[in-house]
Amino acid sequence: MPVLTELADAVILGDPARVGALTRQQIQAGVPPKTILDDGLIAGMTVVGDRFRVHEIFLPDVLLAAKAMYAGMDELRPLLVRDGVPSIGTVVIGSVRGDLHDIGKNLVGIMLKGAGFDVIDLGHDVPPEKMVQTAQEQGAAVIGMSALLTTTMPAMGEVVELLRARNLSGTVKTVVGGAPVSAEFAREIGADAYGFDAGNAVDVVKDLVGRR
Amino acid sequence: MNQVLAFSTVDVVPERGAVLAQLGIPPGAPLAERIEGLVTAAAALFVEHVAPAGILAEIPRETFASVYRGEGLNAPASPVETIAERAEHLALFAVTLGQGIGDALDRLFAAEDFALAYTLDAMASVAADGAAELAEQRYETILRGRGWATPDGAALRYSPGYCGWDVTGQRTLFASLEPGRIGLTLTDSCLMRPLKSVSGVLIAGPRTIHRFPPSYDFCDRCETRTCRDRLVALFTGARA
Repeated sequence: MPVLTELADAVILGDPARVGALTRQQIQAGVPPKTILDDGLIAGMTVVGDRFRVHEIFLPDVLLAAKAMYAGMDELRPLLVRDGVPSIGTVVIGSVRGDLHDIGKNLVGIMLKGAGFDVIDLGHDVPPEKMVQTAQEQGAAVIGMSALLTTTMPAMGEVVELLRARNLSGTVKTVVGGAPVSAEFAREIGADAYGFDAGNAVDVVKDLVGRR
Repeated sequence: MNQVLAFSTVDVVPERGAVLAQLGIPPGAPLAERIEGLVTAAAALFVEHVAPAGILAEIPRETFASVYRGEGLNAPASPVETIAERAEHLALFAVTLGQGIGDALDRLFAAEDFALAYTLDAMASVAADGAAELAEQRYETILRGRGWATPDGAALRYSPGYCGWDVTGQRTLFASLEPGRIGLTLTDSCLMRPLKSVSGVLIAGPRTIHRFPPSYDFCDRCETRTCRDRLVALFTGARA
Protein backbone atom coordinates (compact mmCIF):
# COMPACT_ATOMS: atom_id res chain seq x y z
CA MET A 1 0.00 0.00 0.00
CA PRO A 2 1.44 3.44 -0.90
CA VAL A 3 2.55 5.31 2.19
CA LEU A 4 0.24 8.25 1.51
CA THR A 5 -2.69 5.84 1.42
CA GLU A 6 -1.47 4.40 4.72
CA LEU A 7 -1.31 7.93 6.07
CA ALA A 8 -4.86 8.63 4.96
CA ASP A 9 -5.96 5.38 6.61
CA ALA A 10 -4.24 6.34 9.86
CA VAL A 11 -6.19 9.61 9.81
CA ILE A 12 -9.42 7.70 9.19
CA LEU A 13 -8.64 5.40 12.13
CA GLY A 14 -7.83 8.35 14.37
CA ASP A 15 -4.29 7.20 15.18
CA PRO A 16 -2.22 10.34 15.92
CA ALA A 17 1.02 8.48 16.68
CA ARG A 18 0.96 6.69 13.32
CA VAL A 19 -0.07 9.83 11.44
CA GLY A 20 2.85 11.72 12.99
CA ALA A 21 5.31 8.93 12.19
CA LEU A 22 4.14 8.46 8.59
CA THR A 23 4.17 12.20 7.97
CA ARG A 24 7.76 12.44 9.21
CA GLN A 25 8.68 9.43 7.08
CA GLN A 26 7.26 11.08 3.96
CA ILE A 27 9.00 14.36 4.71
CA GLN A 28 12.31 12.53 5.07
CA ALA A 29 11.62 10.69 1.81
CA GLY A 30 11.42 14.07 0.08
CA VAL A 31 7.73 14.03 -0.74
CA PRO A 32 6.55 17.65 -1.17
CA PRO A 33 4.69 18.84 1.94
CA LYS A 34 1.73 19.96 -0.15
CA THR A 35 1.43 16.44 -1.58
CA ILE A 36 1.52 14.90 1.91
CA LEU A 37 -1.16 17.35 2.99
CA ASP A 38 -3.47 16.84 0.01
CA ASP A 39 -2.99 13.13 -0.70
CA GLY A 40 -2.51 11.96 2.88
CA LEU A 41 -4.09 14.13 5.56
CA ILE A 42 -6.87 15.88 3.65
CA ALA A 43 -7.60 12.75 1.64
CA GLY A 44 -8.17 10.89 4.92
CA MET A 45 -10.35 13.63 6.35
CA THR A 46 -12.39 13.74 3.14
CA VAL A 47 -13.21 10.05 3.54
CA VAL A 48 -14.08 10.69 7.20
CA GLY A 49 -16.40 13.55 6.20
CA ASP A 50 -18.08 11.43 3.53
CA ARG A 51 -18.64 8.51 5.93
CA PHE A 52 -19.99 10.88 8.56
CA ARG A 53 -22.45 12.38 6.07
CA VAL A 54 -23.94 8.96 5.32
CA HIS A 55 -23.96 7.98 9.04
CA GLU A 56 -21.39 5.22 8.64
CA ILE A 57 -19.39 6.81 11.44
CA PHE A 58 -20.29 9.30 14.16
CA LEU A 59 -19.05 12.63 15.42
CA PRO A 60 -16.62 11.18 17.99
CA ASP A 61 -14.95 9.26 15.13
CA VAL A 62 -14.62 12.52 13.20
CA LEU A 63 -13.08 14.24 16.20
CA LEU A 64 -10.59 11.42 16.75
CA ALA A 65 -9.63 11.67 13.08
CA ALA A 66 -9.23 15.45 13.40
CA LYS A 67 -6.90 15.00 16.35
CA ALA A 68 -4.86 12.54 14.29
CA MET A 69 -4.73 14.97 11.39
CA TYR A 70 -3.43 17.67 13.70
CA ALA A 71 -0.49 15.39 14.57
CA GLY A 72 0.44 15.38 10.90
CA MET A 73 -0.17 19.11 10.54
CA ASP A 74 2.20 19.80 13.43
CA GLU A 75 4.95 18.21 11.34
CA LEU A 76 3.93 19.84 8.07
CA ARG A 77 3.02 23.37 9.11
CA PRO A 78 6.57 24.82 9.26
CA LEU A 79 7.36 23.30 5.87
CA LEU A 80 4.19 24.60 4.28
CA VAL A 81 5.04 28.07 5.58
CA ARG A 82 8.63 27.72 4.33
CA ASP A 83 7.39 26.72 0.87
CA GLY A 84 4.81 29.52 0.80
CA VAL A 85 1.97 27.05 0.27
CA PRO A 86 -1.26 28.97 0.76
CA SER A 87 -4.13 27.38 2.68
CA ILE A 88 -7.43 27.10 0.87
CA GLY A 89 -8.62 30.06 2.92
CA THR A 90 -8.65 31.68 6.33
CA VAL A 91 -11.81 31.62 8.40
CA VAL A 92 -12.39 33.68 11.54
CA ILE A 93 -14.84 31.99 13.88
CA GLY A 94 -16.39 32.85 17.21
CA SER A 95 -19.48 32.73 19.37
CA VAL A 96 -21.03 36.18 19.19
CA ARG A 97 -21.12 38.84 21.87
CA GLY A 98 -22.95 37.69 24.98
CA ASP A 99 -22.82 34.02 24.04
CA LEU A 100 -20.60 31.69 26.07
CA HIS A 101 -21.50 28.47 24.26
CA ASP A 102 -18.44 26.98 22.62
CA ILE A 103 -19.13 23.43 21.62
CA GLY A 104 -20.80 23.97 18.23
CA LYS A 105 -18.32 26.62 17.22
CA ASN A 106 -15.43 24.38 18.31
CA LEU A 107 -16.76 21.52 16.16
CA VAL A 108 -16.97 23.81 13.15
CA GLY A 109 -13.40 24.96 13.74
CA ILE A 110 -12.10 21.40 14.04
CA MET A 111 -13.84 20.32 10.86
CA LEU A 112 -12.74 23.41 8.91
CA LYS A 113 -9.12 22.71 9.87
CA GLY A 114 -9.65 19.12 8.83
CA ALA A 115 -10.76 20.37 5.42
CA GLY A 116 -7.56 22.39 5.05
CA PHE A 117 -8.64 25.87 6.13
CA ASP A 118 -6.64 28.13 8.42
CA VAL A 119 -8.93 28.85 11.33
CA ILE A 120 -8.64 31.77 13.73
CA ASP A 121 -10.86 30.94 16.69
CA LEU A 122 -11.68 34.05 18.69
CA GLY A 123 -13.50 32.04 21.35
CA HIS A 124 -16.79 33.12 22.84
CA ASP A 125 -18.44 36.43 23.71
CA VAL A 126 -16.70 38.07 20.75
CA PRO A 127 -17.66 41.70 19.99
CA PRO A 128 -18.60 42.42 16.34
CA GLU A 129 -15.74 44.89 15.99
CA LYS A 130 -13.20 42.24 16.97
CA MET A 131 -14.54 39.76 14.42
CA VAL A 132 -14.40 42.28 11.59
CA GLN A 133 -11.04 43.73 12.59
CA THR A 134 -9.45 40.28 12.87
CA ALA A 135 -10.85 39.23 9.49
CA GLN A 136 -9.46 42.40 7.93
CA GLU A 137 -6.03 42.08 9.54
CA GLN A 138 -5.67 38.37 8.77
CA GLY A 139 -7.05 38.56 5.24
CA ALA A 140 -9.82 36.11 6.12
CA ALA A 141 -12.21 35.07 3.39
CA VAL A 142 -15.01 34.13 5.79
CA ILE A 143 -16.33 35.01 9.23
CA GLY A 144 -18.23 32.17 10.90
CA MET A 145 -20.54 33.15 13.76
CA SER A 146 -22.29 30.95 16.28
CA ALA A 147 -25.13 31.79 18.67
CA LEU A 148 -27.14 29.56 20.97
CA LEU A 149 -29.43 32.21 22.38
CA THR A 150 -32.10 34.33 20.76
CA THR A 151 -30.79 37.24 22.83
CA THR A 152 -27.36 37.07 21.21
CA MET A 153 -28.42 36.50 17.60
CA PRO A 154 -28.72 40.24 16.78
CA ALA A 155 -24.94 40.57 17.18
CA MET A 156 -24.63 38.52 13.98
CA GLY A 157 -26.47 41.26 12.10
CA GLU A 158 -24.10 43.83 13.58
CA VAL A 159 -21.12 42.00 12.09
CA VAL A 160 -22.79 41.93 8.68
CA GLU A 161 -23.56 45.63 8.97
CA LEU A 162 -20.00 46.48 10.02
CA LEU A 163 -18.61 44.66 7.00
CA ARG A 164 -21.02 46.53 4.78
CA ALA A 165 -20.12 49.89 6.35
CA ARG A 166 -16.44 49.21 5.67
CA ASN A 167 -17.04 48.02 2.11
CA LEU A 168 -15.81 44.54 3.02
CA SER A 169 -18.94 42.59 2.16
CA GLY A 170 -17.51 41.53 -1.20
CA THR A 171 -14.25 40.21 0.21
CA VAL A 172 -15.25 38.81 3.60
CA LYS A 173 -18.22 36.45 3.47
CA THR A 174 -20.32 35.54 6.49
CA VAL A 175 -21.81 32.26 7.63
CA VAL A 176 -24.05 31.88 10.68
CA GLY A 177 -25.18 28.90 12.70
CA GLY A 178 -26.43 27.71 16.08
CA ALA A 179 -29.58 26.19 17.52
CA PRO A 180 -31.94 29.19 17.22
CA VAL A 181 -30.47 30.35 13.89
CA SER A 182 -32.16 29.53 10.60
CA ALA A 183 -31.64 30.08 6.89
CA GLU A 184 -34.46 32.61 7.06
CA PHE A 185 -32.67 34.55 9.82
CA ALA A 186 -29.44 34.47 7.79
CA ARG A 187 -31.30 36.03 4.85
CA GLU A 188 -32.95 38.62 7.10
CA ILE A 189 -29.65 39.94 8.41
CA GLY A 190 -27.92 39.71 5.04
CA ALA A 191 -25.47 36.93 5.94
CA ASP A 192 -24.03 35.11 2.95
CA ALA A 193 -24.82 31.63 4.24
CA TYR A 194 -26.26 29.45 6.97
CA GLY A 195 -24.75 26.20 8.21
CA PHE A 196 -27.17 23.82 9.89
CA ASP A 197 -24.45 21.71 11.49
CA ALA A 198 -20.67 21.47 11.63
CA GLY A 199 -20.39 19.22 8.57
CA ASN A 200 -22.68 21.42 6.54
CA ALA A 201 -20.79 24.52 7.65
CA VAL A 202 -17.64 23.15 6.03
CA ASP A 203 -19.47 22.58 2.73
CA VAL A 204 -20.97 26.05 2.93
CA VAL A 205 -17.60 27.69 3.59
CA LYS A 206 -16.08 25.74 0.70
CA ASP A 207 -18.84 27.09 -1.52
CA LEU A 208 -18.19 30.62 -0.30
CA VAL A 209 -14.51 30.42 -1.23
CA GLY A 210 -15.22 28.54 -4.47
CA ARG A 211 -13.53 25.30 -3.45
CA ARG A 212 -16.27 22.79 -4.07
CA MET B 1 -41.69 25.87 50.47
CA ASN B 2 -38.32 27.15 49.32
CA GLN B 3 -35.44 24.75 49.62
CA VAL B 4 -32.09 23.65 48.29
CA LEU B 5 -32.19 20.16 46.77
CA ALA B 6 -29.34 17.80 47.54
CA PHE B 7 -28.29 15.51 44.70
CA SER B 8 -25.59 12.89 44.86
CA THR B 9 -23.25 12.15 41.97
CA VAL B 10 -24.98 8.80 41.49
CA ASP B 11 -28.32 10.62 41.13
CA VAL B 12 -27.15 12.45 38.03
CA VAL B 13 -24.88 9.96 36.24
CA PRO B 14 -26.67 9.53 32.91
CA GLU B 15 -27.57 6.25 31.25
CA ARG B 16 -25.12 5.11 28.60
CA GLY B 17 -27.80 4.82 25.92
CA ALA B 18 -28.90 8.41 26.46
CA VAL B 19 -25.32 9.62 26.16
CA LEU B 20 -24.81 7.69 22.92
CA ALA B 21 -28.04 9.17 21.57
CA GLN B 22 -26.80 12.65 22.48
CA LEU B 23 -23.62 11.85 20.55
CA GLY B 24 -25.76 11.06 17.52
CA ILE B 25 -25.17 7.31 17.76
CA PRO B 26 -28.40 5.41 17.17
CA PRO B 27 -29.43 2.44 19.36
CA GLY B 28 -27.84 -0.80 18.21
CA ALA B 29 -25.18 0.86 16.07
CA PRO B 30 -21.89 -1.06 16.15
CA LEU B 31 -19.53 0.82 18.41
CA ALA B 32 -15.78 0.88 17.82
CA GLU B 33 -13.62 0.06 20.82
CA ARG B 34 -12.16 3.58 20.71
CA ILE B 35 -15.64 5.07 21.15
CA GLU B 36 -16.33 2.73 24.08
CA GLY B 37 -13.06 3.97 25.54
CA LEU B 38 -14.14 7.58 25.13
CA VAL B 39 -17.41 7.00 26.92
CA THR B 40 -15.62 5.26 29.78
CA ALA B 41 -13.04 8.05 30.08
CA ALA B 42 -15.74 10.74 29.95
CA ALA B 43 -17.71 8.96 32.67
CA ALA B 44 -14.65 8.96 34.94
CA LEU B 45 -14.14 12.70 34.36
CA PHE B 46 -17.82 13.35 34.90
CA VAL B 47 -17.80 11.64 38.29
CA GLU B 48 -14.64 13.47 39.25
CA HIS B 49 -15.90 16.96 38.43
CA VAL B 50 -19.67 16.99 38.82
CA ALA B 51 -21.10 18.90 41.79
CA PRO B 52 -24.87 18.76 41.35
CA ALA B 53 -27.28 20.99 43.25
CA GLY B 54 -30.81 22.25 42.90
CA ILE B 55 -33.26 24.70 44.31
CA LEU B 56 -37.03 24.67 44.44
CA ALA B 57 -39.42 27.45 45.50
CA GLU B 58 -43.19 27.29 45.34
CA ILE B 59 -44.89 30.29 43.84
CA PRO B 60 -48.55 31.40 43.76
CA ARG B 61 -50.19 31.39 40.33
CA GLU B 62 -50.57 35.19 40.26
CA THR B 63 -46.91 35.72 41.15
CA PHE B 64 -45.86 33.24 38.50
CA ALA B 65 -47.92 35.14 35.94
CA SER B 66 -45.78 38.17 36.70
CA VAL B 67 -42.54 36.15 36.53
CA TYR B 68 -43.69 34.63 33.24
CA ARG B 69 -44.64 38.02 31.79
CA GLY B 70 -41.02 39.08 32.29
CA GLU B 71 -40.09 41.87 29.94
CA GLY B 72 -43.13 41.40 27.73
CA LEU B 73 -41.32 39.55 24.97
CA ASN B 74 -43.16 36.19 25.13
CA ALA B 75 -45.09 34.81 22.17
CA PRO B 76 -48.65 36.20 22.00
CA ALA B 77 -49.96 32.77 23.00
CA SER B 78 -48.02 29.93 24.56
CA PRO B 79 -48.71 26.57 26.17
CA VAL B 80 -46.88 27.61 29.35
CA GLU B 81 -49.40 30.25 30.37
CA THR B 82 -52.34 28.04 29.44
CA ILE B 83 -50.99 25.09 31.40
CA ALA B 84 -50.03 27.27 34.36
CA GLU B 85 -53.60 28.58 34.55
CA ARG B 86 -54.78 25.00 35.10
CA ALA B 87 -52.03 24.10 37.58
CA GLU B 88 -52.74 22.84 41.06
CA HIS B 89 -49.26 23.75 42.26
CA LEU B 90 -46.36 25.72 40.81
CA ALA B 91 -42.71 25.96 41.78
CA LEU B 92 -39.74 27.73 40.27
CA PHE B 93 -36.62 25.59 40.08
CA ALA B 94 -33.00 25.56 39.01
CA VAL B 95 -30.47 22.73 38.86
CA THR B 96 -26.78 22.79 38.03
CA LEU B 97 -23.93 20.36 37.60
CA GLY B 98 -21.48 22.95 38.92
CA GLN B 99 -18.56 24.78 37.33
CA GLY B 100 -16.13 21.85 37.55
CA ILE B 101 -17.51 20.18 34.42
CA GLY B 102 -17.20 23.41 32.41
CA ASP B 103 -13.62 23.87 33.56
CA ALA B 104 -12.78 20.28 32.62
CA LEU B 105 -14.28 20.84 29.16
CA ASP B 106 -12.22 24.00 28.67
CA ARG B 107 -9.06 22.10 29.59
CA LEU B 108 -9.84 19.25 27.19
CA PHE B 109 -10.48 21.58 24.28
CA ALA B 110 -7.32 23.56 25.07
CA ALA B 111 -5.42 20.25 24.93
CA GLU B 112 -7.11 19.49 21.58
CA ASP B 113 -8.69 16.38 23.06
CA PHE B 114 -11.81 17.09 21.04
CA ALA B 115 -13.45 13.69 21.07
CA LEU B 116 -13.24 13.31 24.82
CA ALA B 117 -14.38 16.92 25.31
CA TYR B 118 -17.37 16.40 23.08
CA THR B 119 -18.26 13.13 24.78
CA LEU B 120 -18.05 14.73 28.22
CA ASP B 121 -20.13 17.67 27.00
CA ALA B 122 -22.81 15.30 25.70
CA MET B 123 -22.78 13.40 28.99
CA ALA B 124 -23.16 16.62 30.95
CA SER B 125 -26.02 17.85 28.75
CA VAL B 126 -27.93 14.62 29.36
CA ALA B 127 -27.12 14.80 33.07
CA ALA B 128 -28.34 18.40 33.38
CA ASP B 129 -31.66 17.37 31.85
CA GLY B 130 -31.72 14.38 34.18
CA ALA B 131 -31.20 16.66 37.18
CA ALA B 132 -34.15 18.77 36.03
CA GLU B 133 -36.22 15.60 35.84
CA LEU B 134 -35.12 14.75 39.37
CA ALA B 135 -36.39 18.15 40.49
CA GLU B 136 -39.77 17.26 38.97
CA GLN B 137 -39.82 13.99 40.89
CA ARG B 138 -38.72 15.62 44.15
CA TYR B 139 -41.50 18.19 43.82
CA GLU B 140 -44.06 15.47 43.21
CA THR B 141 -42.80 13.61 46.29
CA ILE B 142 -43.00 16.77 48.40
CA LEU B 143 -46.55 17.45 47.19
CA ARG B 144 -47.67 13.87 47.85
CA GLY B 145 -46.14 14.07 51.32
CA ARG B 146 -48.41 17.03 51.89
CA GLY B 147 -51.46 15.06 50.81
CA TRP B 148 -51.59 15.93 47.09
CA ALA B 149 -54.01 13.28 45.95
CA THR B 150 -54.59 13.93 42.27
CA PRO B 151 -54.43 10.31 41.05
CA ASP B 152 -52.72 10.98 37.72
CA GLY B 153 -50.90 14.07 38.96
CA ALA B 154 -47.55 15.00 37.49
CA ALA B 155 -45.15 17.93 37.60
CA LEU B 156 -43.52 18.89 34.31
CA ARG B 157 -40.91 21.57 33.71
CA TYR B 158 -40.99 24.49 31.29
CA SER B 159 -38.06 26.82 30.76
CA PRO B 160 -37.43 30.33 29.43
CA GLY B 161 -36.18 30.11 25.86
CA TYR B 162 -38.65 27.36 24.93
CA CYS B 163 -42.33 27.01 24.04
CA GLY B 164 -42.94 30.74 23.54
CA TRP B 165 -41.44 31.78 26.89
CA ASP B 166 -38.81 34.32 25.89
CA VAL B 167 -35.35 33.71 27.28
CA THR B 168 -35.39 37.18 28.90
CA GLY B 169 -37.85 35.58 31.33
CA GLN B 170 -34.72 34.29 33.06
CA ARG B 171 -34.28 37.73 34.62
CA THR B 172 -37.56 37.73 36.53
CA LEU B 173 -37.19 34.04 37.28
CA PHE B 174 -33.75 34.60 38.81
CA ALA B 175 -34.96 37.66 40.74
CA SER B 176 -37.71 35.57 42.29
CA LEU B 177 -35.84 32.28 42.81
CA GLU B 178 -32.43 33.67 43.88
CA PRO B 179 -30.44 30.64 42.68
CA GLY B 180 -27.17 32.31 43.66
CA ARG B 181 -27.56 30.07 46.71
CA ILE B 182 -26.42 27.14 44.55
CA GLY B 183 -23.82 29.13 42.65
CA LEU B 184 -25.92 30.06 39.63
CA THR B 185 -25.60 33.45 37.98
CA LEU B 186 -27.12 35.05 34.92
CA THR B 187 -25.20 36.97 32.25
CA ASP B 188 -26.51 40.11 30.53
CA SER B 189 -27.62 37.91 27.63
CA CYS B 190 -29.66 35.70 30.01
CA LEU B 191 -27.21 32.83 29.92
CA MET B 192 -26.83 30.76 33.05
CA ARG B 193 -23.42 30.10 34.50
CA PRO B 194 -22.36 27.34 35.05
CA LEU B 195 -23.49 26.45 31.53
CA LYS B 196 -24.70 22.96 32.41
CA SER B 197 -27.75 24.17 34.31
CA VAL B 198 -31.50 24.17 33.79
CA SER B 199 -34.07 26.55 35.24
CA GLY B 200 -37.78 27.10 34.84
CA VAL B 201 -41.13 26.35 36.38
CA LEU B 202 -42.56 23.04 37.55
CA ILE B 203 -46.26 22.87 36.83
CA ALA B 204 -48.13 20.23 38.83
CA GLY B 205 -51.61 19.02 38.09
CA PRO B 206 -53.47 16.23 36.28
CA ARG B 207 -51.34 14.89 33.45
CA THR B 208 -53.89 16.01 30.89
CA ILE B 209 -53.21 19.70 31.53
CA HIS B 210 -49.80 19.24 29.91
CA ARG B 211 -51.28 18.14 26.60
CA PHE B 212 -51.02 20.75 23.85
CA PRO B 213 -50.91 20.56 20.08
CA PRO B 214 -47.65 21.68 18.45
CA SER B 215 -49.51 24.26 16.41
CA TYR B 216 -48.13 27.50 17.81
CA ASP B 217 -46.20 29.79 15.44
CA PHE B 218 -42.93 29.06 17.23
CA CYS B 219 -43.40 25.29 16.92
CA ASP B 220 -42.51 25.45 13.21
CA ARG B 221 -39.15 27.02 14.03
CA CYS B 222 -38.43 24.74 16.99
CA GLU B 223 -35.42 22.50 16.45
CA THR B 224 -35.58 20.50 19.68
CA ARG B 225 -39.16 19.22 20.02
CA THR B 226 -38.24 17.87 23.43
CA CYS B 227 -41.69 18.91 24.68
CA ARG B 228 -43.15 16.16 22.49
CA ASP B 229 -40.74 13.55 23.85
CA ARG B 230 -41.59 14.51 27.42
CA LEU B 231 -45.33 14.40 26.71
CA VAL B 232 -44.99 10.99 25.12
CA ALA B 233 -43.01 9.77 28.14
CA LEU B 234 -45.65 11.18 30.46
CA PHE B 235 -48.50 9.36 28.79
CA THR B 236 -46.77 6.11 27.90
CA GLY B 237 -45.52 5.47 31.40
CA ALA B 238 -41.88 5.90 30.37
CA ARG B 239 -41.83 8.53 33.09
CA ALA B 240 -42.97 7.38 36.51
